[in-house]
Amino acid sequence: MARNPKRPLSPHITIWKWGPHMLVSILHRATGSALAIGGGVLLVWWLIALAGGAASYARFVDLMTSDSTGRLNLIPAIVLIGLTWSFLQHLCSGVRHLLLDTGAGYELKVNKAGALATLAVSIVLTALIWTLILAKGAL
Amino acid sequence: MGNGTSIGRVRGLGSAHEGVKHWWHQRLTAGSNLLLVTWLVVSLFRLPLGSYKALTIWLSSPWASVPLILAVISVFYHLRLGLQVVIEDYQHDFTRVIALVLLNFYAIGGAALAIYAILKVAFQGAVA
Repeated sequence: MARNPKRPLSPHITIWKWGPHMLVSILHRATGSALAIGGGVLLVWWLIALAGGAASYARFVDLMTSDSTGRLNLIPAIVLIGLTWSFLQHLCSGVRHLLLDTGAGYELKVNKAGALATLAVSIVLTALIWTLILAKGAL
Repeated sequence: MGNGTSIGRVRGLGSAHEGVKHWWHQRLTAGSNLLLVTWLVVSLFRLPLGSYKALTIWLSSPWASVPLILAVISVFYHLRLGLQVVIEDYQHDFTRVIALVLLNFYAIGGAALAIYAILKVAFQGAVA
C-alpha cells in the first residue's frame, strides 16, 4: 500500500505499556493460525492415514510413536502439546470474545481479570490433560 | 463513506456488503466449533489412538462419523474466515490475492480430503 513516509503513524503496539489483554489478543491470532495450519494438516493427515487401511495407519502410528516404549516421539509430543494449549487458549479467548461482543467486560479490572483467566485456564488444563496422557504410558 | 461506484467496489474500494456476513459466520462457527471440537478432543482423549480396529469401529457409527464431518466443515469454514482477516492485515499487494486464493484451495481441499476419508472408513465398516 502506498504510504508517504513523512506522515506520522498512529500510536501502535510499540508505544503502549503491555498488558495481559494485549498478550491475549495477539495470542488469539497466533494460536488460531497455528491451529488452522498445524491442526488442520494433522487432522487431514490422520484421517487419510486411517482411510488408507491398516498398513497405512500403522505407518502413521509408527511415525508418531516409539517402537520400544510405545510412547509418543519427542517432535510429535511437542507438536501435540503445543496444539492442545493452542486449542484451549483459542477456545478460552474465543469465549471471552463472544462475551465482549455483548458489550460486557470492558471495565479495566474485569477486562484484565478475563484476559488473565484465559491464560490460567488454558495452561492448567493443558498440564492436566498431558499429565493424564503421559501417566497412562503408551497411547 | 458511501457505497462507492461499481468500479470502485470491483477494485476493493468501498463496501462490498459482505462484512456482516463474515463477522456473523465467524461467530456462528465459533459456537459450533466450541461444541464439535470439544467433543472431538474428548473423544481422542478417550480412544486408543494406536488401534486401527478401535478407530474403524468408532467411525463406523453415525454418532461418531456425522459429528466428525460436521466438525471438519465447521473448523475449515472458521479457519477460512479467520486466516482471511490475518492475510488482509499483513499482505497488501498482489501477494494478498495469491495468499487468499491459496487459502481457499487449502480450506476447500483440506475439508474435502477429510470428509472423503471419514466417509470411506464409515462406509467400509469396522475391519478386523
